[in-house]
Amino acid sequence: MNADTDQRQLLEDLLAGKHRALARVITKIENRAPGYRSLVSELHRHTGDAEVVGITGSPGAGKSTLVDKLANYYREQGETVGVIAVDPSSPFTGGAVLGDRIRMASNVGDMDVFFRSMSARGTLGGLSTATTDAVKALDAFGKDKILIETVGAGQNEIDVVKSADTVAVLVPPGSGDDVQMLKAGILEIGDVFVVNKADLDGADRTVQELREMVHMQEDNTANLATGHHGADSVGERSGGDEADGEGDSENEDGADEDGEDDWHPEIVETVAKDATGVEDLVETLADHRAYLESSGQLEEKARMRYAEEIRNLLRDDVGSLLEVEIERRGGMEQLVEGVVARETDPYTVADEIVEPLEDCLDE
Amino acid sequence: MSAEQESQSIRCLVAKVGLDGHDRGAHVIARAFRDAGFEVIYSGLHNAPDEIVQAAVQEDVNVLGISILSGAHNTLVPKIIDGLKEYDAFEDTLILVGGVVPDEDKAELKEMGVAEVFGPGTPLEETIEFVQENAPQR
Repeated sequence: MNADTDQRQLLEDLLAGKHRALARVITKIENRAPGYRSLVSELHRHTGDAEVVGITGSPGAGKSTLVDKLANYYREQGETVGVIAVDPSSPFTGGAVLGDRIRMASNVGDMDVFFRSMSARGTLGGLSTATTDAVKALDAFGKDKILIETVGAGQNEIDVVKSADTVAVLVPPGSGDDVQMLKAGILEIGDVFVVNKADLDGADRTVQELREMVHMQEDNTANLATGHHGADSVGERSGGDEADGEGDSENEDGADEDGEDDWHPEIVETVAKDATGVEDLVETLADHRAYLESSGQLEEKARMRYAEEIRNLLRDDVGSLLEVEIERRGGMEQLVEGVVARETDPYTVADEIVEPLEDCLDE
Repeated sequence: MSAEQESQSIRCLVAKVGLDGHDRGAHVIARAFRDAGFEVIYSGLHNAPDEIVQAAVQEDVNVLGISILSGAHNTLVPKIIDGLKEYDAFEDTLILVGGVVPDEDKAELKEMGVAEVFGPGTPLEETIEFVQENAPQR
């Protein structure tokens, strides 16, 4: 009962703009503290106004410094900013040193930049749930821009940036082969590529490589589209950035349902440490936002995100339910014992545990 | 609803105020805290008091460890404490000071609300234990 009123108070304080309440709500989200779910449920109706940008890239690419400059730029425009910086934690001790704050030099003492460090605490998929919820808290608090910063390594982190409307991938110059590596995971999720430290040697080459890759990517998608729709005019579209506006008038079949005015990943050069190119980047981010809004992609993305969110929650919940069932059957250790002794096998064990659940569903 | 797994973690801000550039102590503590399983936010050198307040409030840390080797603790620490009070963050933050602090000042700092002062040569285990026992719950 008491906890209930506390929670109500916390929520009211957050919506009233108290920084401490916002910080505490995020802590509850991170800790999965009792009652955090109803808290986030309450927050949801107050969300939907913030623009969320994900920023990712290899360690040392300059993410934190760029985030600092971006935040500063937005502040000068009179907008409020929330930042969530995710750092890895030790899988052994759970400990972490979260150092992204050091780079926030431009926004020292400015409480309207709410900077929060989060560590990737253990559980699979837990991180993206926690960051999604933390973004909701910042959104409900009334932040205009929310930046999520994370190292772009591993599925976990990629899931995190996927919760953003726009994703910027930082590529330091001279990464040569790294750019090749990016292809597999990160290229697909980048809406904007930022060649940071553009004053270093090799920046031009990196820009060039990225440009080629973006083109290759477009060709690939174009070919895919041909396979699906048998459209003839798709080749045209991959020709260049300018062609896309015209391209869709030619084909009136299914191919342009969502293909019209496709977004072509932009490449921006910055030098984060002295804020060079930050204005360009801000404009490009705004362009992408405008594209999302006008093409209906923003809503589409939000829908997909909510679906994913529901699935994640269900997976977690069912997982926890099954944990209980495992305990009831004497614990994991004992189940494994049977498998080791060749008395049973993992599939049979899994079937047995899920069975009562299936029975319930059948009724 | 029933099946929530809680995962509490002790969050510490390790901060250096003032103008001295001696951050070895802060680094050693940050590492030791990390290895003890804490989440450490390290905010770098030359923090101003309001910067530390901002960080402590936003990060909602259980523990604030302030490293001062410049001798300016009597002016800097009160500023930080006042700032924390302003944001209702004083009550549930464990404030520790590390560095060279004369005995007569220690009492005064504790009076203000500093939980403990750790001088040079304090074993790391002692500090970690103190945090584990005294860190306020969230």
